[in-house]
Amino acid sequence: MNRIVLVLSCFLLFVSSSLFAQVVNVYSARHYDTDDEIYSKFEKKTGIKVNLIEGGSGAILERLKREGKRSPADVFITVDAGRLYQAEAAGVFQPVKSALLSKLVPANLRHPDGKWFGLTKRARIFLRSRDRVKEGEITSYEDLVKPRWKGKVLIRSSSNIYNQSLVGSLIAVHGEAGAEKWCRGLVANLARVPQGGDRDQIKAVAAGEGDVAVANSYYFARMLNGTDAEKAAAAKVAVVFPNQGNRGAHVNLSGIGVCANSPNKANAVRFIEYLMGTEAQEVFAAGNNEYPVVKGAGTVAALEAFGSFKEDKVNAAVFGKNNAAAIRIMDRAGWR
Amino acid sequence: MKSNPGRYWSVACFALAAVVLLPIFSVTWNLTQDSEGVWGHLAETVLGKYISNTLLLALGVGCGTLLVGVLAAWLVTAFSFPGVGFFRWALLLPLAIPSYLMAYAMTDLLQFSGPAQTWLRETTGWSRGDYWFPQVRSLAGAVFILVLCLYPYVYLAATTGFLSLSASVIEASRTLGASSWSRFWRVVLPLARPSIFAGVALVVMETMAEFGAVDYCAVDTFSTGIYRTWMGRGSFVAAAQLSTCLLGAVGLLYLLESRFRKSAKFHHATQRTQPPAPARLKGARAWAAFAACAVPVLGGFLLPVVRFLQLTVEGGDSRTGELFIGLAGNSALVAGVTALVAVVCGLLLTQLRRRAPSSSNLFAVRAAGLGYAIPGGVIAIGVLAPLWWIEGGVNDVTESVLAWGPGLFLSGTIFAVLFGYQVRFLAIPLNVIGAGFERIRSTVDDAARTLGASRLRLLFGVHLPLLRGSLFCAALMVFVDVLKELPATLILRPFNFDTLAVRVYQLASDERLSEASTGALAIILAGLVPVVLLTRVLKPTHADSAPPGKSP
Amino acid sequence: MTTGPAIQLKGLSLSYGDVVAVDDVSLDIPGGEIHCLLGASGSGKSTLLRIIAGLERQGEGSVTIGGEVVSDAEGHIETERRPVGFVLQDYALFPHLDALENVLFGMPDRKSAESRMKAEELFAEVGLSDRVDAMPHTLSGGEQQRVALARAMARSPQVMLLDEPFSSLDVQLRAGVRETTLRILREAGVATVMVTHDPAEALSCGDRVSILREGKLIQTGSPEAIYHHPCGQEAAETFGVINRLAGESSGGRVKTSLGEVDLAAQDPGCPGTVLLRPEQLVLVESGDGGCRVDRIFPEGSTTLYLVQTAEDERLYVRMLSTETLPEDSSLAVRLR
Repeated sequence: MNRIVLVLSCFLLFVSSSLFAQVVNVYSARHYDTDDEIYSKFEKKTGIKVNLIEGGSGAILERLKREGKRSPADVFITVDAGRLYQAEAAGVFQPVKSALLSKLVPANLRHPDGKWFGLTKRARIFLRSRDRVKEGEITSYEDLVKPRWKGKVLIRSSSNIYNQSLVGSLIAVHGEAGAEKWCRGLVANLARVPQGGDRDQIKAVAAGEGDVAVANSYYFARMLNGTDAEKAAAAKVAVVFPNQGNRGAHVNLSGIGVCANSPNKANAVRFIEYLMGTEAQEVFAAGNNEYPVVKGAGTVAALEAFGSFKEDKVNAAVFGKNNAAAIRIMDRAGWR
Repeated sequence: MKSNPGRYWSVACFALAAVVLLPIFSVTWNLTQDSEGVWGHLAETVLGKYISNTLLLALGVGCGTLLVGVLAAWLVTAFSFPGVGFFRWALLLPLAIPSYLMAYAMTDLLQFSGPAQTWLRETTGWSRGDYWFPQVRSLAGAVFILVLCLYPYVYLAATTGFLSLSASVIEASRTLGASSWSRFWRVVLPLARPSIFAGVALVVMETMAEFGAVDYCAVDTFSTGIYRTWMGRGSFVAAAQLSTCLLGAVGLLYLLESRFRKSAKFHHATQRTQPPAPARLKGARAWAAFAACAVPVLGGFLLPVVRFLQLTVEGGDSRTGELFIGLAGNSALVAGVTALVAVVCGLLLTQLRRRAPSSSNLFAVRAAGLGYAIPGGVIAIGVLAPLWWIEGGVNDVTESVLAWGPGLFLSGTIFAVLFGYQVRFLAIPLNVIGAGFERIRSTVDDAARTLGASRLRLLFGVHLPLLRGSLFCAALMVFVDVLKELPATLILRPFNFDTLAVRVYQLASDERLSEASTGALAIILAGLVPVVLLTRVLKPTHADSAPPGKSP
Repeated sequence: MTTGPAIQLKGLSLSYGDVVAVDDVSLDIPGGEIHCLLGASGSGKSTLLRIIAGLERQGEGSVTIGGEVVSDAEGHIETERRPVGFVLQDYALFPHLDALENVLFGMPDRKSAESRMKAEELFAEVGLSDRVDAMPHTLSGGEQQRVALARAMARSPQVMLLDEPFSSLDVQLRAGVRETTLRILREAGVATVMVTHDPAEALSCGDRVSILREGKLIQTGSPEAIYHHPCGQEAAETFGVINRLAGESSGGRVKTSLGEVDLAAQDPGCPGTVLLRPEQLVLVESGDGGCRVDRIFPEGSTTLYLVQTAEDERLYVRMLSTETLPEDSSLAVRLR
């Protein structure tokens, strides 16, 4: 009996809420506190309420696919370009024609039909031990499989989408066979069974468990501003942007797109345009130490300190296309 | 005059059981679907690892909790030593800490770059490779963590088993020359065995359903495999097929556990069930007992809590204040509602089982309790599919008639979460209230009925007052478990609705453990209250050396 | 084997807070004797039994078994190491072992063939050879009692302790089980202490009987001595209602209202109370009797009458049921 009452009240609540105020329903795989700041600013400026569901990008994508045409989602925000591609391939997004967005976002950081737009950039970089690795000793992803680094490489699990996208980009360059060879070589050089997140790899290098860690740029930048223990660990490693001599460092995007069955499309487009504004870009990027996509938006001091670097300009959609192959390759290579 | 109101009750209870079973069916149904080659790929690469890891984990945790739980329960019921009163309830404290929090704390403490090893290296001057330290992020580490988390279940079961032994049987064994050790091994343990094994079966079920801790420790089990296959590979069907395998194993365990609980009843042939008075320990033995009880409490509760406190002080969650009320409120709301509904449903089902123990009713009740053994993620999978189906149907109808649809009025609202919780946690009141019912002799029911009491009057006027303790206990246990629940919540929750557990998980998986620690402490604190109350509600243990004034 | 008493209790006392359970009890029980402890609830008889077994420790006094001091102010030998066999009130068979395993439990070498043979002999003696494999919960009360007896006897103890061994049996069963038990104990020749609250049982079972009341030992003696020569009113009242008559002693006899009783009194010429059992009185026909029967208690073979005399004395008279009663108006009470 209680359940019936509860169901009825939920039903009424849901129905009633959708009748009132303007809303935009956001499904987001980002979960940084500063994002909420932006959302509140948006609400204040436009009066449109932001309803938020956060979760893992895979989980959200699955939910979107299942919800199908009944989905109340207006926009979907991911933390990886591969997911953008997968979402697009699953028909989650719809094309958006916005002159503003076309102007603000560089072409290689958005979908040609406007199905998705990059929000922020991050590079997958090396952190080398200052004591044990000289500058210039390791310069590319391909170096990681050399015998010199046997038992010295620290990288997180293959289940993480950032690694999958990295392998996806390697497939684009070396083909599937080449990428599998690379994966096997990497696994042979691991200092320990993949465990923990990116920052754990960096801390492990600082503690001496390995010599080189592979991590996203923002994790390291965060450590520079983190707890005393993190700062101490960060002081022991140095940044290396890989492949500066050839194609450039692997760069990934977090992106956003309007959902195919969005009930509030106009609000959704407004939302995205707001996020591409300079102010929002700076806060977004600063909140997580990422690089903004929009030209002219400034970066935080920590990232400035890393210096500028050459980016791999391949379209991020490629990672997504190669994602299934990447996972298969990683499984076969025994990358846990 | 025909009067068969019992039929409606049966139907209602069957409906309830069917509703709870629905998710299981929807998951299993996927066995018939095609997984587009994903299953084949899984079988080639990781399925063997999933099976072996899951089995090893279950074995390790089962044995570990058996040792720790039984030893602690024996020490605390059979002996009297300094601190025994404290330990009797303190040994339950790890229940307040969810396994994923325990994993975060332990790995943080014991990993290579953590304080324990760092201190070791600094004081001895060793560096990597010079010394051996157990890997905490490994199968062994996961076993260690889960044993610390789950031993209280065995401890509780063993204590119950030991306390329900009759003093006369123990005394008889003494008059037959059995020494203390011989008594334990040949009389106490065999008699308490069914209760203990039921506890261990419960632990193994929890272990197989475990996701958070196991994932953090880099161990590939069925549970983590299900997630990766669904979220990582996007193959819902293959994930559901994996879930079905897990369900099969867990179903077996569940059957075992019920069998043990049944045989526990035969082991009390004597009337006098006052447990024997505890023997006093002195000197070295007393301190050994103290130490043996202190270790699980220290490792399973104090250590993680202290670490979290430390982390909070270092760099706690800056937004805790403003968010906390909302998060805690959400957590408390769902936990409270779930506990209430679960207790009511549990009461109805157990009442039916008592009144009309036909095989179909027994089956229905037993089936309704299956959810406990199912991983939260699998439940989420199972809950969403039928909800979507219902919503699809309703929307189609309303759209064709009214050109408007209520949208996702089930799966998009808190209903989905609550439903998922019911499926998962209904087993608790079924067990606890069921045990409470068993303590009421059936002759009491008979007497009431001959005095003209209707079914309702029997329930409210006779059973309810006698079951107060069990009802309260069951509600508390459900409350605590919901507070800690993570995987199903993550998947099923609606807009703008985060619980404490969700927030902590997000922070921790984003490697912001310091910030997560604040929320973690909040969860532990909230979980402490029911645990402490639970220890009070539990039957107070025997009074020390009661004078045999009853039968001189 | 020592020649002294099998059990020696000296000055045993035990209190629980304010409650005195055993009060300065001393008793010697020779080998081979079956000794009954008789008393009501709260008289301390079960406590005494548990003290002998070692399950309780006395506050003062000592216990000696077979010439060896097992417990006194200086030392206390645990139950497990005392040569006693104990049949508890609820039999306490081990529910998880069958009857044979129960009996074998306390035997020193229970796996050997000799032990098994001995156990089977015991089963034969108690008449349960066909129930050797039965589980305790399938045995009837009488069968459980006999298994418990066999189990205790299996260790050939020096002393057997039985705590109300027949009280939970049906009356019809009781006689048979009692017979069997006593026969086995007598054949084994082992000193036995049996606790009971049933006076008839004590008289028929024991070689000697001790009466306990509120923790004190009131009288010890043969059944005949206890019954016919109780040492005081309390001892006498243990066996049923008592008639009290005022009397005056003179010259080796005591004068009462009903006549003279052959009784050697302590202080000649002193007034005192004479206690008479109901069967020592009889109702006769007498013209000037003036007695009236107030109540009749049928007892099967005998009948108890509560009679009001002319002097307003209330007397109990027991007569055989076959003895017919004279007419009401001419009743008188006489000594037999």
